[in-house]
Parts: sequence; structure tokens; C-alpha cells
Amino acid sequence: MRMIGYVARQTAAAVFMLTTASTLALPQSASAETVLRIGMTAADVPRTLGQPDQGFEGNRFTGLTMYDALTMWDLSSATKASVVIPGLATEWAVNDADKTKWTFKLRPGVSFHDGAPFNADAVVWNVEKVLKQDAPQFDASQVGVTASRMPTLISAKKIDDMTVELTTKEPDSFLPINLTNLFMASPSKWQALYEKAQGGDAKAKSQAAWASFAKDASGTGPWKMSKFTPRERLELIKNDKYWDTARVPHVDRLVLLPMPEANARTAALLSGQVDWIEAPAPDAVKEITARGFKIEKNEQPHVWPWQFSRVEGSPWNDIRVRRAANLCIDREGLRDGLLAGLMVPATGTFEPGHPWRGKPEFQIKYDLPAAQKLMKEAGFGPSKKLSVKVQTSASGSGQMLPLPMNEYLQQALAECYFDVKLDVIEWNTLFTNWRRGTKDPSANGANATNVTYAAMDPFFAMVRFLQSSMAPPVSNNWGYINNPKFDALVTKARTTFDASLRDEALAELHAASVDDAAFLYVAHDVGPRALSPKVKGFVQPKSWFVDFSPVTLAP
Amino acid sequence: MFIYIARRIVYVIPIVISVALVCFLLVHITPGDPLVAVLPADASQELAAQLRVAYGFDRPLPVQFGLWLWKALHGDLGNSIATGRPVLAEVLRAVGNTVTLAIAAATIGFSFGLFFGLVAGYFRDTWIDKVATSIAIAGVSVPHYWLGMVLVIIFSVQLNWLPAVGAGPGGSGQWGWDWEHLKYLVLPAITTSVIPMGIVTRTVRALTGDILSQDFVEALRAKGLRETGVFRHVIKNAAPTALAVMGLQLGYMLGGSILIETVFSWPGSGLLLNSAIFQRDLPLLQGTILVLALFFVFLNLVVDIAQAAIDPRIKRS
Repeated sequence: MRMIGYVARQTAAAVFMLTTASTLALPQSASAETVLRIGMTAADVPRTLGQPDQGFEGNRFTGLTMYDALTMWDLSSATKASVVIPGLATEWAVNDADKTKWTFKLRPGVSFHDGAPFNADAVVWNVEKVLKQDAPQFDASQVGVTASRMPTLISAKKIDDMTVELTTKEPDSFLPINLTNLFMASPSKWQALYEKAQGGDAKAKSQAAWASFAKDASGTGPWKMSKFTPRERLELIKNDKYWDTARVPHVDRLVLLPMPEANARTAALLSGQVDWIEAPAPDAVKEITARGFKIEKNEQPHVWPWQFSRVEGSPWNDIRVRRAANLCIDREGLRDGLLAGLMVPATGTFEPGHPWRGKPEFQIKYDLPAAQKLMKEAGFGPSKKLSVKVQTSASGSGQMLPLPMNEYLQQALAECYFDVKLDVIEWNTLFTNWRRGTKDPSANGANATNVTYAAMDPFFAMVRFLQSSMAPPVSNNWGYINNPKFDALVTKARTTFDASLRDEALAELHAASVDDAAFLYVAHDVGPRALSPKVKGFVQPKSWFVDFSPVTLAP
Repeated sequence: MFIYIARRIVYVIPIVISVALVCFLLVHITPGDPLVAVLPADASQELAAQLRVAYGFDRPLPVQFGLWLWKALHGDLGNSIATGRPVLAEVLRAVGNTVTLAIAAATIGFSFGLFFGLVAGYFRDTWIDKVATSIAIAGVSVPHYWLGMVLVIIFSVQLNWLPAVGAGPGGSGQWGWDWEHLKYLVLPAITTSVIPMGIVTRTVRALTGDILSQDFVEALRAKGLRETGVFRHVIKNAAPTALAVMGLQLGYMLGGSILIETVFSWPGSGLLLNSAIFQRDLPLLQGTILVLALFFVFLNLVVDIAQAAIDPRIKRS
């Protein structure tokens, strides 16, 4: 018993010392340097070598911060649609005689972080890093995330120091939009690393040079790499010499921390370890706001849909059924209930105010009597339900809350005489099946699939789903939509080179797809993030991306 | 003893090859595209085919396995598809962080486990036993990720005493053995320690009680040996089994906990596995599983040898 007493006394003393020490060890003072610490949802720091992985979160944190592209997104407004603006190119035009050739005038006076000048050689070098397989800097690991986002670009040629000519394999008016995905890395920095690299052959040396470049990156962006610990943190410092003086960051240092678990991110914010977290845990939003933190959100170019099968025998081939499903969902109820306000009801791929919205005649809204009427006209009713099957996942990037949301739809559609069966599969499998189409055995008899998509540019927002030539295995026309009107409008948009007329053509295409009820449009994500009250000056645009430059930190 | 050790080492070779084969096959038979980390679903077929060739996924599985095993035997586990970084360096860095966490957790868990187990066994069927046993049951019953979250809420969010996540103010790359860094270890180590603590407590309690009821203990007491001397004999008899259990527990901890490391964003092998699974990064997944499996095999070997050293009967059997 004496032993127990001794241990108890020692334990009490240790706890007291621990408590005292931890209290004394609390952060005491802030240095003059302002540091913005952000908890990302990514499990790893997105790739830093110029073409980030991990989708648009990667572009947001390690693309647009350290690098620029020839064209960029306007991220300055929370109310207007985010549109393409000049970046490292000041102007561009398609060749009147040959619509596959474009001339881009480059911005003068821009330097990479290593001091090398940005010029036409740099543009050609960066195009070839992903498109020219025999170029020394060609890197297969960067190809997938880049070439797929600018599918028609085939080459670049220097005209003079500040002019380049880009060539596409077919006339494509979307090129300036697609080029927002090609970030300009410093060729001189890479070359210096290549010359120092160890490797048995040129390919091995090239891989080693890219690995070194990722640890000591050099772009032209408003932030420069300072410290990098793989999988743990990336520290960026402001680029005082950034070419756009209005976008020189106000904060000295940006620290990016991967925190894949929503509750861990939330705890890190509430305990003061970070100043900003992406995607807070939805059920913690009340506590976050109650403690004085801010929740920022805005409609994102993201769609949470059901994509219909349109092959022979599909129940979705009847437009009355497709329209009935779209009228049968109480999206506001979904927003205010299950999603605690963290969604925007979808009435199409683009909402009013967007240049590609158009003027659809079919108004997507909650109208149960109209939906039931349409279903009765189609031959269904309380005693004769229409059986449909949708493939979905239990989780996944951009999927929001796929299971509860699908169960909500299941219940809602039951009111309109649908009998919905859910086929829940693993996210990566669902994503892979997306490319295989509804005819593939992997669809498991499903006549709809629930894969969310980004709607930043026309190809990814519409063309790959609506054009008949994009049916599997070419692209993501999962349901084999074959509508001559869509095909004609896609061709029209792609070959209209005046930007405003191109936008009009895209708006026409979008309106046609809504009128056709091509998808079951349900929700747009709002990209919620929670910010410390110290964080000021942040603008959340209607985009997947944000601009960290105007952010300030109050003492 | 030398023959015993040599035999145990020979046994390890087929185990290692089997482990390598199983972990290679496991990650390849799962559905989905191995290039999903670098190839969006909307990529063209030509691009997909080009990358499949570039990464060697166009070759037959036996060829891929042979090449991978050959490189692995030469210390090259390939490069991560998602990051392009060498897998071995990634795994070793993560394993280093998990070892730090496991040692801290083992120190806490085994110390308390041995203490509670011995006390409970010695004072069997008293209130002391009941308290110690209750703690042990709680330790093995409470979901550790839940405990982790509760500890974070109390000590990080409410009291603001300890950090909620991370491995030091500058990351694990700048780890130091001072309080500025150790405070990051406290909550994950306590959370990791509760299960081994409970298991060791229960094991040692049962062993102690069992040994104390044996005739030789009565004989020792009859000879006039003091209780501390008797206790020393009890510990010595309980040690081989306790050591085996602690070895296994240490092995589990060194394997990293996906849940705990994710809850605390501790950059260990569990978090690495989590990331590799979600990114479907096959080389990283294979490399991590292989290294962890080898670690476990090696640890079992060490435990077997240690047991034989302590208890000669094991060697003879």
C-alpha cells in the first residue's frame, strides 16, 4: 500500500508539473512577421513543381500561389461570375486564315522567382514539358493533370521574345480558357537542377531535376516557396516583386498544412493552431460561429447531379420523366435541413448571372403537382412505379454527403412514383466506371450515375457530357447522349472565336441542355471555409479558387 | 541458441516473400485505375495509354511483380505516382515518426499496464483489483479515435494546453526533444497507449494471479523468503508471456494507426497509408505495407529470440 501511495504522490506531482509547463509554454508573443496558417483538406501537400495534383484544391494552394498561367481567373468579386482575364499573356487572337493557330502576346517585365526573365522561350518550354515526349523536361507525371485539361493544344512556337504561336489539332475557341491550367515554371531553374542531377540517363536526370524543383520551386506567382516538408507543411513567402502590384500579398508568410480529417481541422482552428480551415465539419459550424469565427461560402462551379442513361430501353429516354424528376426535388429543403445551408440549389449547370447560363424555358424548381402530372402522362402512378437505379459512392472528392443526399432524393422521388434503388460502390471505382459508360458491366444495371463535376470551363462543364462523340471510351458522356442539336451547338461554340459570341453559343447550349433536362440537377457546393476573426480582406469568389493576396491579419 | 536463432531467421525468408507477394496482389486486385492520382477520368484514351506505358502498368502482372521485387531487394521501392518522390524515403520518414509515437505510447502503456497488472494480480479480488481491472477494460473498450477527439476537445479546444494536430511547430523535419515539440506528442501518445495498457494489464494480472497460486510460491514463502523476493520470482515467471504480448502490441503500434494519426495529423505510417489508399498510389501503398510487414516480422523475430533467452524451455521446444 505504501508503494501505491508513493506512486500516487509522484503522479500528482508529474501532472502538476506538466500542467504548469504546458501553461507556461503557450505562445507568448507574435513576431513582426504576419503568418497566415491554413488547414487544407488534402492528405498531402499538393505537388509543387508547377502542375499540382489533387484537383482544383491543388491548383488553389500550390498552383495559383506560386505560378501564373497565360490566362487567369478573375477572383476579385464575390458577386460576379469568375471569368478569364489576361495573365502572363496580355492579349491573344486566332489566326484568321488558319483557326488552329493562335498568337499570344506576353506580358513584359515579368521575372521568375529565381530572377530569370519570363519570355516566349519559357512558354514553349512549359508547353513541351507536357506535350513533347522527346523534350528533356518532359514529365509524364505532369501530363495527366495538364494535357487532359487542354485537350486540343498540340504545340507552341516562338515568334519573337514576347510572342508565341500555339497550335491546336482542330479549331477550338476554348483554348484561352483551358490555358488557365498550364502554369509557367522556370526553365532556367530547372536546367540548373538538371545539370546537377544524378542519373543513369537523361530521363533519370530529368526526373531527379523535377524532384529537386519540387523542393525548391520557381514560378512567377505572388508567393515564393520558402520551406517544404513533404506531407506536413509548405511555407510560402510573399513575392514583393510580383508583376501585378495590386496583388502583392499583404501577409508575409503563408503556411499550408494538410489536415484530411474534418474534426481535426476544426479542433486546430478552435485551438488557435491555424487561422483558416477549408471545409469545416458541418456539425461544428454552429460552435465555430458561436466562438466568433467566420464561415465564408459562395456558389462554386460544381454540380451534384444524376447523369442519365440514354441508351435504348432506359426509363430516362422520356423527357417527361426527366423533367418530372427535376421538379420533384425540394432543393431548398435539402439545403436548409441535411446540408445546414452548405449548398446552393441547382437549376442547371450554371445559375443566373453566369455568362453561359442562357435563357432556358424549362424552369427547374420544386413543383410536386407538376412532377406528378408529368409522370402520370408518362404512364406511371401510385400503383405503377417507375423503377430506376443509380450508382453512387459513400464518399469522394466533391461528392458532399452522397449517401444521405441520395436517400433524400430516394424519398422525394417516391412522391413522384419513382422506385429508386441505390448501388453504392467505392469512390475510385465509381470514378473509373464513369469513363466506361452505362453499357459497361461495371454499371451493374444502373441507369443513372452520381458523379459530381467541376464546371470551370465549357469542355468540362458541358461538352464532354453532351456531345455524342464524347461517349465512352472517349470521355464522360456516360449515358450516351446523342442529340444532334447539342452536337451542332458544341461545334458552333467551339468555332466561334469572338469571346462574347462564343459565350452566347455556350449559353445557347446550356439552355438547350436544361430544356432537355439532360441531368437531374440537384446542388452546387459552396466551398465552405472557416476563418479566424483576425483574418480580414478575404473575398470568396464564385470559383474553386481564391486569391490570398488581399488577405490581412489583424493583430 | 545459435541454431535456434539461425532457424528462426531461415523461417523469415519465405514469410517475407509471401508478404511481398500478398501485398503486391492485394493492391492490384482491387478495382479502379492505378493511375487515378495522375490521370483524371476525363483524360483521353491516348493519354491514358501513354501514361500506362510510362508507369509500366501495361506489362503483365507477373512481370510487374518480378521487377518490383527485384528493385525492392536492391532497396528501391519505386517512386510515388502521386508525388514522384521515392517511396523508400517517404516510408522511412513516416515510419520514423510512427516509431517516435509508438515508443512514447509504449512507455506510457506498458508502464501503466505492468503496474496495474501486477497490483491487480497481487491484490486479487480486492477493491484495488477491481479498480485496476476496470481501467484495463476501459482501455481496451474505448474506441481510441473517439478518445483522441475527446482529449483534443478538452486539452486543446477548451483548455488550450496542448496542440490539437501536427508533429511540432515546424513539422517533424525539425523535431527536437524539448517541450516545444514533446507537447505535440502527448495527446496522440496517450490515445495510442490505452489499448496496449489495457491488454498488458489484463495479461499480467492473470499471470500474476496464476503464478501466485502455484506451489512453488508457497514453498518460497515457507522457506522464509520476503514478499519482495517472492514478487521477484513472480515477475521472472510472468516475463516471457508478458514480453510476447508487449512485443505484439509494440508491433501493432509500429504499424501505425490510420485513425489516430489521421485524427492528430501525425505524419506517420498510418497517415501515409491513408493518403496512399485515397490517392490509390500503388507503389506507395505496396512499399508502405511491405516495410510495415517486414517490421512486424522482424519484431516477432526479436521477441522470439528474447523469449528464448529468458526462458530456456522455449529454445528446447
